[in-house]
Amino acid sequence: MRLGFFLREALRALRRNAVPSFAAMATVLVTVLVLGVFIPVVQATTAGANEIRAKVLADVYLKPGATAEDIQRVRQVIERETPGVGTVRFVSKEQAYAEEKKRNPEAYDLLGANPLPDTFRVTPDRPDDIVKVRDALAPVAPSGARSVIDPAIDEVRNREEDTDKILSATRVVKLTMGLLAGLLALASILLIANTIRLSLYARRREVEVMKLVGATDWFIRWPFVIEGILLGALGGLAAVVLLGVVKVSLVDPLAEDFALIAAPETMNFALLIAVLLGASVGVSAVGSGLSLRRFLRV
Amino acid sequence: MAATERHIRRRRERPEDVAPRPRVVGEPVAGAVVDFRSVSKKYPSGDLGLEDATFAVQPGEFVFLVGSTGSGKSTIMRLLIKEIEPSYGAIAVAGRDLAGITRKKIPYYRRNLGVVFQDFKLLPSRTVYDNVAYALQVTGGTRRDVRDKVPDILRLTGLSTKLHSYPDQLSGGEQQRVSVARAFVNHPPLLLADEPTGNLDPDTSVGIMQLLYRINRTGTTVVVATHDKTMVDRMRRRVIEVSRGRIVRDEAGGGYDTTAEFGALWREAHDDEAGA
Repeated sequence: MRLGFFLREALRALRRNAVPSFAAMATVLVTVLVLGVFIPVVQATTAGANEIRAKVLADVYLKPGATAEDIQRVRQVIERETPGVGTVRFVSKEQAYAEEKKRNPEAYDLLGANPLPDTFRVTPDRPDDIVKVRDALAPVAPSGARSVIDPAIDEVRNREEDTDKILSATRVVKLTMGLLAGLLALASILLIANTIRLSLYARRREVEVMKLVGATDWFIRWPFVIEGILLGALGGLAAVVLLGVVKVSLVDPLAEDFALIAAPETMNFALLIAVLLGASVGVSAVGSGLSLRRFLRV
Repeated sequence: MAATERHIRRRRERPEDVAPRPRVVGEPVAGAVVDFRSVSKKYPSGDLGLEDATFAVQPGEFVFLVGSTGSGKSTIMRLLIKEIEPSYGAIAVAGRDLAGITRKKIPYYRRNLGVVFQDFKLLPSRTVYDNVAYALQVTGGTRRDVRDKVPDILRLTGLSTKLHSYPDQLSGGEQQRVSVARAFVNHPPLLLADEPTGNLDPDTSVGIMQLLYRINRTGTTVVVATHDKTMVDRMRRRVIEVSRGRIVRDEAGGGYDTTAEFGALWREAHDDEAGA
């Protein structure tokens, strides 16, 4: 009986304040839409970065003229004398060329000759040891430049440099996105609170009368809170439907071509929906409940 | 606007609300519906709303509070609905000390009062029927209660044909009747009316007063604040006159002015009663 009464009251209020209600709903819709895009993007970026981080390698490039003897000697140096080394794989210039050519045939046809050196791919025992491995193979001279411990080695390149680049790039992306999402969320909370406050202001006399007749604070508040919940749910639902349409028609077909979109660690779509709907309903309910406070002091 | 102003006023008042209540002079009057003992109200602005007011209203009485605008009538009304707190003294309604009612309990207290205002204070978005029903729903009344009581009370107040009209489709007199119906639907022991005829023409006012009188006859105590001289002189009920915050006259069967000649008016009032 009580719930039915409050629900009828809330629906009556929604009907009578169609325009402000629509504005509040649209605000919720936009916010949820933005959050729905941002959350998976941020997650996918993080997941991508983590994946790269797990694949830390040091590449030991040999000088172009390295002989079979040089190769053998360097292998011994790496396998026996360097600490922290896990596995070592030798990629000859021919193998490297074949791999690269497969990936980008036109460019390598143009090149004609093979520019790639012989390479040892060194995987450390633990990803963090990569620096140790590198320092052992190419110690830092007092002058700051790196020398190599074997004359046949041309350069030791630490893939962590790439990883760092990727990590710092993703950090920037994450930070900007998080900041944007935070600002948007804040803006929409303020907008929702303001919309509700406006509609309450229009009805403040009504609230005053209710109090004079002997209505308790919660008796007055419940219909408003339910109104907020309905607004949030409607706005959130509309946004989720839009997101779903975009996902099915745009993202899913593209996912086959782009690794980032297909990143396995992106949030489950159902869970995402649940989180978004919960947030929109919660924000609207709290917003309307709080805005009512000052009008209840009669 | 009113709500906001009141809000601000209330906030300024808060320190005073928390302050310990001063010692009260006088013993409560036994069995009184309304009991004011040395009540003073000083507004935060420095205005004196009421000074050392002591009076009691017994069950079943019909009391006029008279006085010019700003004399303190409304202060008494607002103290009674516990919209404001007294600065000094004690108020008891139906034997209950108002100081002991916490902010949370005010709604429950107000359900024992029927209140009628000069500006009707109806809910504009509800029909006549729903306006009256709201007072019942607030107290947890079921649909059955509403179906049983609302049509009855609207018949009593002569609004049977206007059930589904909205307040702005009604005349002032009709709106005030709705307001009276709403105040009385719970059959409260005490009905307060603050200038109930202030916005109405004399003929309509008579109708409203008759309605209040009829309610009084069912045993409900009625307190009417008014400066409607004709009405007070015609009805010859107890009159409490307030002037500059002080009670200057408390007279049974009095007129608006002490000097009112009552012979002819007295008879007229009795004719009215016979008619009603």
